Amino acid sequence: MSSPSTMSGPRRGHPGAAAVPGPRGVRRVARPRPGRRVALAVFLAPALTLFLLLVIAPIVVASYASLFKWNGFNLPENFVGLDNYLRAFADPVFRGDLWRALLLIVGSLTIQLPVALGLAMLLNQRLAGRSFYRLVFFAPYVLSEVTTAVLFTLVFSPNRGLGDTISRWLGAEAGAIFADPDTVLIGVFLVVSWKYFGLYMILLLAARQGIPKELNEAALTDGATTWQAFRHVTLPLLGPTIRIAVFLSVIGTIQLFDMVWVLTGGGPIHSSETMAVTMYQYGFRRFEVGYASAISIVMFLLSLVFALFYQRVVLRRDTAGALTVQGGQR
Amino acid sequence: MTRPANPAQRSRRLVLHLVCVAVGALIVVPILFGVLGGFKDNGQLSTNPLGLPDPWVPENYTDILTSGVFWRQLGNSLLIAVASTLIVVGAAAMAAFVFARYAFRGRELLVTLFTIGLMFPFAVAILPLFVMLRGMGLLDNPLGVILPQAAFGLPITIIILRQFFRTIPGEVEEAAILDGCGPFGFFWRILLPMARPALATVSVLAIVASWNNFMLPLVVFTDQSWWTLPVGVQAFQGQYSDDTARVLAYVVLSMVPALALYAVAERQLVGGLAGSVKG
Repeated sequence: MSSPSTMSGPRRGHPGAAAVPGPRGVRRVARPRPGRRVALAVFLAPALTLFLLLVIAPIVVASYASLFKWNGFNLPENFVGLDNYLRAFADPVFRGDLWRALLLIVGSLTIQLPVALGLAMLLNQRLAGRSFYRLVFFAPYVLSEVTTAVLFTLVFSPNRGLGDTISRWLGAEAGAIFADPDTVLIGVFLVVSWKYFGLYMILLLAARQGIPKELNEAALTDGATTWQAFRHVTLPLLGPTIRIAVFLSVIGTIQLFDMVWVLTGGGPIHSSETMAVTMYQYGFRRFEVGYASAISIVMFLLSLVFALFYQRVVLRRDTAGALTVQGGQR
Repeated sequence: MTRPANPAQRSRRLVLHLVCVAVGALIVVPILFGVLGGFKDNGQLSTNPLGLPDPWVPENYTDILTSGVFWRQLGNSLLIAVASTLIVVGAAAMAAFVFARYAFRGRELLVTLFTIGLMFPFAVAILPLFVMLRGMGLLDNPLGVILPQAAFGLPITIIILRQFFRTIPGEVEEAAILDGCGPFGFFWRILLPMARPALATVSVLAIVASWNNFMLPLVVFTDQSWWTLPVGVQAFQGQYSDDTARVLAYVVLSMVPALALYAVAERQLVGGLAGSVKG
């Protein structure tokens, strides 16, 4: 930071620059301070304006609106303090939303992620056609949640669907999975997993391919079994990616809307409702904008608290590692 | 695969292939059910949901393709995706350039602000956003979808581009400055052309995000003529809930552009997702 007017970045003071005669002097002539400031402002203005106006401001508006009983028209006047929040936490539907979010998260962590990890390890093997398999497994990720949800509504539709026929083969009656309050959440989980396991698989596969072969070979030469090599060499090195996958999965579950809205609308009798669906119902159907804003803010705080906690406690090691590596490259 | 494999290895490989085929079937069968179901009538769907259509009924597809509604929704989706992508990539590239190559007070704070933005899901902001867009008169206006989408796409785009911009050696910039390039000239004539692969990656991510967005167009467009494909598919399902075969055809047709993009740009998509996680 000895000369603040010079260009900065990771390559500042690169030894190769010495070959260029007098770069410092030239720089000062080419980029006087006021010009630099103008340039910074001009470059940052579009992104900052968009972000402050359309991402930050709505959060501020929602936290303000959540303190009022407000139908969304005119200005909010009926100040109710924290009543909307108390109401939410006393509401069995909203408490159910929290419980179902927890169930979905537990499901992703114990079923979806291990399956994705297993498939990533599988596709890391030398296997004919593995790039084709990868292409197929990841394909659902590009389909929209709406398309996926409509497709599966029809796949499981009674009488005309695929689910009906297959369950008849199996001797079960799973055709009405989305109509039964006891099974509907499982159905939602299955469809969410169908769409998203490929994402986690791709991330883990990329991370696995970044691990040098020699490490595993060394472990095997030293007499480790394949499982031991996986457990004590590969898995720890995949740690950062696994932690990111967990993070994405939790944040994604907190905001789950499209899939549920199209598959079930939150029903039957709220048994597949999520926080976002409850918020939508109150905000856009019943015009209880104050109450719906309170739910939005709870969703936001849950995401934020989780993210901060996670960043501090779980991701810390990863970030520290990343910084040292970058420092080394400088 | 020509090296000699012992029987144990060979049977292991067979098992691996079987697993892959089973998982692949779980992906492909529902989609295939949709494709073939679109060629059936509803009677066939009840009696023969699994087999090939007999006879093939192309009307479900041809009716949709000749009706105009589908094409209009496709056009809307395309317009909104392209505009959102241009805006988010343009704004993010400029910000990422500054974040990657200038040191100034408050830089890390700003970067953190954008990074935290990764955690603001649409669902959290949708209601106040709706109220604000209504106040600005942007309901039933494509800008009401394009601008928020661009804003919410900024964090991931900035993170990926910043990483890439940092890898361009300082000598390139010094040479450009010696040749009389200002920051704008360097950014426009040298940095952006060099960053083409990274720009392709973030563009694909932005297009997919816009193409699949449902919640925002759902609340912004009450006027059907602006509906995008996801909103249209959902409405179509509501409208023809008794005509399963026709809805299947609509779903399948709406999948085609996304799958086509995936076939063309799989590498950018995968690289972008994997790269963004590393950051």
